[in-house]
Amino acid sequence: MSAAHAYAPDALVARDIDAYLTRHAAKSMLRFITCGSVDDGKSTLIGRLLYDSRAVFADQLDALAADSARTGTQGTNLDFALLVDGLSAEREQGITIDVAYRFFATPARKFIVADTPGHEQYTRNMVTGASTADLAVILVDARKGVLAQTRRHSHLVQLVGIRHVVLAVNKMDLVGHDQATFDAIVADYRDFARSIGIDRITAIPLSGLTGANIVDPAPAMPWYDGPTLLAHLEAVEVAAPTDRPFRMPVQWVNRPDQHFRGFSGLVAAGGVAVGDEVRIVPAGRTTTVARILGPDGERPRADAGTSITLVLADEIDCARGDVIAAAASPPEVADAFVSTVVWMDAAPLVPGRGYLLKLATQTVVATLQPPRHVVDVTAGGTRPAATLAINDIGVVEVRTDRPLVFERYADGAALGGFILIDRETNATVAAGMIDEPVRRASNIHWQQVDVTRAAHAAQKGQSPRVLWFTGLSGSGKSTIANLVERRLHALGRHTFLLDGDNVRHGLNRDLGFSETDRVENIRRVGEVAHLMADAGLIVLTAFISPFAADRAMVRDMLPAGEFVEIFVDAPLAVAEARDPKGLYAKARAGLIADFTGIDSPYEPPAAPELRIDARESAEAAAERIVEYVIGVWSHDL
Amino acid sequence: MTALTHLQRLEAESIHILREVAAEAANPVMLYSVGKDSAVMLHLATKAFAPGTPPFPLLHVDTTWKFRAMYELRERAAVAAGMELIVHRNPEAVALGINPFDHGSRHTDLWKTEGLKQALTAGGFDAAFGGARRDEEKSRAKERVFSFRSASHGWDPRAQRPELWNLYNTRLHPGESIRVFPLSNWTELDIWQYILAEGIEIVPLYLAAPRPTVERDGQLLMVDDDRFRLLPGERPVDRSIRFRTLGCYPLSGAVESTADTLPAVIQEMLLTTTSERQGRVIDHDQAASMEKKKREGYF
Repeated sequence: MSAAHAYAPDALVARDIDAYLTRHAAKSMLRFITCGSVDDGKSTLIGRLLYDSRAVFADQLDALAADSARTGTQGTNLDFALLVDGLSAEREQGITIDVAYRFFATPARKFIVADTPGHEQYTRNMVTGASTADLAVILVDARKGVLAQTRRHSHLVQLVGIRHVVLAVNKMDLVGHDQATFDAIVADYRDFARSIGIDRITAIPLSGLTGANIVDPAPAMPWYDGPTLLAHLEAVEVAAPTDRPFRMPVQWVNRPDQHFRGFSGLVAAGGVAVGDEVRIVPAGRTTTVARILGPDGERPRADAGTSITLVLADEIDCARGDVIAAAASPPEVADAFVSTVVWMDAAPLVPGRGYLLKLATQTVVATLQPPRHVVDVTAGGTRPAATLAINDIGVVEVRTDRPLVFERYADGAALGGFILIDRETNATVAAGMIDEPVRRASNIHWQQVDVTRAAHAAQKGQSPRVLWFTGLSGSGKSTIANLVERRLHALGRHTFLLDGDNVRHGLNRDLGFSETDRVENIRRVGEVAHLMADAGLIVLTAFISPFAADRAMVRDMLPAGEFVEIFVDAPLAVAEARDPKGLYAKARAGLIADFTGIDSPYEPPAAPELRIDARESAEAAAERIVEYVIGVWSHDL
Repeated sequence: MTALTHLQRLEAESIHILREVAAEAANPVMLYSVGKDSAVMLHLATKAFAPGTPPFPLLHVDTTWKFRAMYELRERAAVAAGMELIVHRNPEAVALGINPFDHGSRHTDLWKTEGLKQALTAGGFDAAFGGARRDEEKSRAKERVFSFRSASHGWDPRAQRPELWNLYNTRLHPGESIRVFPLSNWTELDIWQYILAEGIEIVPLYLAAPRPTVERDGQLLMVDDDRFRLLPGERPVDRSIRFRTLGCYPLSGAVESTADTLPAVIQEMLLTTTSERQGRVIDHDQAASMEKKKREGYF
């Protein structure tokens, strides 16, 4: 490589170190990602940026020279890719397998580069790297133009919400630095990019190998009069929007003694000043900011991106997971969302299964519906799918066991982006971005004037449910329901158990066992359960409820997701053998008419939320039900 | 609103990480090596929890062979921060009298690698803050902020969790632990700049002064106490030296320098042509050595 690029520090360092340090202290920071196909020369480009911006020291260069000679692909030249390819496993494979972060600085800026692999199976790494980036550099090989991979990466960049895209047309030296080739690729890319909603593109013809238009303008391409890559990275404006209302997710309650109580967090959006009226969401109480402590002590105001501690004017309930927000425009609260989910785990999504969902400082149990569709980021368009496999991107309805304070991802990643965690393996299995809440009505959780059903539930810190146990007489419904209620009660949940026999002693004592009376019996129980759910309770009902249509009627009374049908599936022979109340014997003897299983049918549920096998112990079944309903980990979240 | 500087962004990110761990880990601890990165990390911890004190102890995995100046600062810094200081010395290494003169790489293995594992296991710590930075070494560029270790403290590059936005998954199975690196995105220059701006106390050995030294195998070693074994004919010579990294004194190579102020040190650092870790004898064997050590549990 040319001697002109040998390590040479900023001239100001030697001349006036204090002036240099003053200037360095005022630098801004830009985080960007590079993405491209395996052979687009991405690692070479980053190695070149590090090298040309003097982030590489002589001993590293010695190692690079030795490595280049041993494993490099550039003959006797330095192989810049080796500066970047870190882990020995991937060096052996010759591809980058993870996200690597690199650092360099110029007099104008400090840069953090996320080097993200181009190989198709590593979509998750690209999304990971992109999640913290202000800008994306998308590499295209000048000989190949826009490829399927290029479209895939662009889709991901758009999905993650990166607003600045650099189209780096690399390897211009291999196409004779031809302007027509460059122009054709740029035109092709612009059409595609516009179609997916990317409109801010800066296209630069360059060569990672020769360094053309990386740091210095390339004499070989006099037809290009735009900025070099580094000049563009130094100049691009990426400041956070300043017009957003204040939001700070509470990370930590700082209470060293009884004289101080502060709420610590990173300001996610907007700004806050002493005296501002703020609202604690989801609870909804308002107060004013009494003091703001920043990293350097007391301050009059703080803006997005600063870690602070707020002291509030009133003694007010506020804990980790709450969001302190501008009182006049607080974020919404909901427990069901349409979200775009990127699956990152080898084990595919199991719809209906509980995953931990972490959004800002809130952790809840979430279940996902089967995807509405999967996004095809290569060809464009969507396709139907029953689940999500690794690297799939799907649009999915996500339901949480407790209301979440959120914003749409488009309005801010801090309250719009979440991760999903498998409760068995503890792996991070997915990243999600909230598109919109499913029910706008939940928006009023924070309004204290209207005590809505949502407010009832929010006060109890739980999502209402009707756990509808159905099965033959003697199948164990009441036994299991009792155990479940005791367990939920112990976990601090607010519950009520409606048992068939007890209800028939009071509310329904006017009803017999004819088919008409049985329908009315279930209708009344359903209405009572519905009212109790409106009051925010977790209701357990233990009724034979033999007819599918009656159970469906109750299901339809309740908001989606609140009716949990639990089929206690004991075969007739087992239930009859138990016969705890001697009813089967009486029915067999003809002493009771219309007895389910004997002379009246039982219609088993086709798709219950849970099915309890007769061989399962009542305790194990109860534990499984509790886990399904609230997640066994919820109590220690 | 004025845009944040890069140091303000780094500071806010580090404080956010420190608070996340305090909130989510059952029993965190801060590894404190008394070096400049540890000094910055401790400083950030005191800021993160002010006016309270950080809700975790400091842990120094001692080898008995650190510089005397490091031991002095260690005690003072813990008192100033109002934090409990746990000092662990591997009893096996004590019993065997392990030292850098006789035992080569066993010195690091037993005192540091094994000592650290012992201390973390003994304390039942599920999260340990470390001052490592991604810019130090190639294999660290891919290190997560939250790095997961098996019950035997091993590190598997393929078992690490993706880190999106600033959301960290801290869930653990019994026995597993996390190493957390709040300074992941800081560079050496950032560290120096911050020490200067914040007036953070560091071990005086980072600044040049006349000190007794011997030259051995191309390295300048400081004769910090009378345990230093001089070879026949070797005599300590006073040289103006400073250290770029500090560890066990017989294993820390000094550089000749007259930089006795922080700006002068930064100036020298920027004008020099070798990277920071070169002074550490441990890295010299092979390019992938740090990754190997990490797999075995070295911090």
